[in-house]
Amino acid sequence: MRQTRSRAARGATLASVAAAGALLMAGCAPAEETPTLTWYTNPDDGGQAEIAKICTDAADGRYTIETSMLPNDAASQREQLTRRLAAGDTSMDIMSLDPPFIPELAEPGFLAPVPQDVQEHAKANTLEGALAGAMWKDTMVSVPFWANTQLLWYRKSVAEEAGLDMSQPVTWDQLIEAARQTDTELGVQGNRAESMTVWVNALVEGGGESIIADPAAPANEIQTNLDSEAGRKTAEIISTIGREGLGSAGLPTQAENESMLLFQGDTGSFMVNWPFVWPATLKGAESGALPADLPEDIGWALYPQTMEGQESAPPLGGINLGVGAESEHPELAYDAVSCITSAENQALYFRDNGNPAADPKAYEDPEVLDQYPMAPLVRDSLDQAAPRPQTPYYNEVSTAIQLSFTPPSAVDPATTPAATDQFIEEVLRGERLL
Amino acid sequence: MSTAVESTPRPRGRAKSARATSEARLGWLLAGPAFFVMLFVVLYPILQALYDSLFTYRLTAPDDKQFVGLANYGVILSDPVFWKDLGVTVLITVVTVLVELILGFLLALAMHHAIKQTRGLIRTMILVPYGIITVVSAFAWYYMFSIDSGFINSWFSWVPGITADLNWFAEGSTALSVIMLSEIWKTTPFISLLLLAGLAQVPGDLTEAAAVDGASWWQRMRLVILPNMKASIMVAVLFRAMDAFRIFDAVYIMTNGAYGTEVLSLLAYRTSIGRLEIGMGSAISVILFLCVALMAFIAVKVFKVDLADRGGSK
Repeated sequence: MRQTRSRAARGATLASVAAAGALLMAGCAPAEETPTLTWYTNPDDGGQAEIAKICTDAADGRYTIETSMLPNDAASQREQLTRRLAAGDTSMDIMSLDPPFIPELAEPGFLAPVPQDVQEHAKANTLEGALAGAMWKDTMVSVPFWANTQLLWYRKSVAEEAGLDMSQPVTWDQLIEAARQTDTELGVQGNRAESMTVWVNALVEGGGESIIADPAAPANEIQTNLDSEAGRKTAEIISTIGREGLGSAGLPTQAENESMLLFQGDTGSFMVNWPFVWPATLKGAESGALPADLPEDIGWALYPQTMEGQESAPPLGGINLGVGAESEHPELAYDAVSCITSAENQALYFRDNGNPAADPKAYEDPEVLDQYPMAPLVRDSLDQAAPRPQTPYYNEVSTAIQLSFTPPSAVDPATTPAATDQFIEEVLRGERLL
Repeated sequence: MSTAVESTPRPRGRAKSARATSEARLGWLLAGPAFFVMLFVVLYPILQALYDSLFTYRLTAPDDKQFVGLANYGVILSDPVFWKDLGVTVLITVVTVLVELILGFLLALAMHHAIKQTRGLIRTMILVPYGIITVVSAFAWYYMFSIDSGFINSWFSWVPGITADLNWFAEGSTALSVIMLSEIWKTTPFISLLLLAGLAQVPGDLTEAAAVDGASWWQRMRLVILPNMKASIMVAVLFRAMDAFRIFDAVYIMTNGAYGTEVLSLLAYRTSIGRLEIGMGSAISVILFLCVALMAFIAVKVFKVDLADRGGSK
């Protein structure tokens, strides 16, 4: 009895499996003709997923774009992408890449060559700073999607109290003095993370030096330039802020988000940070989490100068799109990249997610200007911005800087720069652990 | 004569061997697949790591792979970073295992003596932390102590040394305390479970006899219960120590090794996965493996932990 029942059940199961299989096959048939492109995106407010949908519709059945989200921080994103690319993962159709890590991927040939027409279009329609980050050894290896830069954000009330004229360029020394005077705290990133290298690089570049003189040199020949006037001034600024507690007690663990929270609080005064802080602050003020009049008190200016009278070199960030060398559909992927990086989509991304465009045309979009009154300043800042060292060994250089310049209070202007130079060179020669 | 010699043991031998062979065959059939899977997933990576550790090999420059012999080990063993990380790892292992052993024993006693109605409830309560994924517990502890979003500084501001400005993760000593606290909170239940099994196996008539002879609670504990539990205590210590030595998640999440909290497995991770230096990273992993193997060896040979004996009858 039991046996017959189970046999009958088995028969029914088989029949339903067969039916489901047939349905699946039928469902799959047209889908198989449409290649699916995977776009590895960095976490955002959903803008990349939205653009993927727009471009899938625009492709009119030639391909569909699926997004796959990468980890939160830049270092973990790089880890995952590099390992997948090194293993020859064929799903790496489109990747959102942080520019400093591009040489590491371009050097071993992990990125598919950019077609001529895509190159020409990008070269004609990209801000200069962002374009520099897309090149490796004079060849374009990725396509700029959006470009980021840090501004100096300030509380108008504090600047007034300190007697600073914010219509003129200010120096780090002036900010330090203002924080001392007004008993407020500076929003900087003292965490042992990529944001520390961003800060150090901007300060060194602002002093007229570059961390690496010849970034394309092989590992054992790379020489760093921290033990220079600019490097020592950099160490002095970071160390003063750290030792005097001007960056709050949270400084050694403070990344971009934490410094924004500090800036929004009662002791906030000046902050260097990416433009995402503006929509985030507006949202906070609207929802009641922050005082409603806070946005009115916030002003913005160009990144502070390292040396008085010498133009600053704001940090350069953003995302470029790369196509994996092992991708099964490189032509379609570059087709999709062209769609994603169109001026309209960049403007859309700027408006909805607060990430500034790499295409200058997006800055003329009236809606962008309405929502981001600082957009023209962002454009100026991007023109003035300096990239981080473009070397395949960027990870080593950056990690060594992070280890040497944190916690900020332990930085010694007399010894830290020279010791960091030696440390980086020994690590790159394989003589030391990192 | 030769036939006699041969014929006597034969039937016995044959009968034994037929049974033994079929048992051995059954054994292989049952354990064989798992054994080969283990060989493939455990032994193969270990050998591969040993082999890779003899090269300079960067994942993004496979063509520059070069045989360097034991040079990677030389760099590691002469680098202060390695010794500092080893020190931190040993410190975490010793402190957490010691505290967990004491706390775990107290909890095991509580579970053992709990009245029947509450026993299930108490066990469940004690086991909850162990059921939480380490990453989740690490995040919970991180946010509790974080200077930006944590509540510990304001709740415990009455404790000397804790102020609103105390940044727990900005200094090695305070960061390590939080890391060790979270580890202790999370894995004490594991030790207490093992110890509970040991407690349950202490013959009741022995303790009763001791009590009748007038032994105090402390004397019963020291002379009867603890000696009878030696095996399970040693197994608990060994397992937990080997586990604690490989600590990774809590450190990775709370500080990512910053400010003197880096442990050996994090160094191996940063070298192999972060820097993509497969050769150097493999060498660190091999050293980590040797450390754990040494701990197991010492436990088995010096302290005579018998992993097969769970009866506590020694």
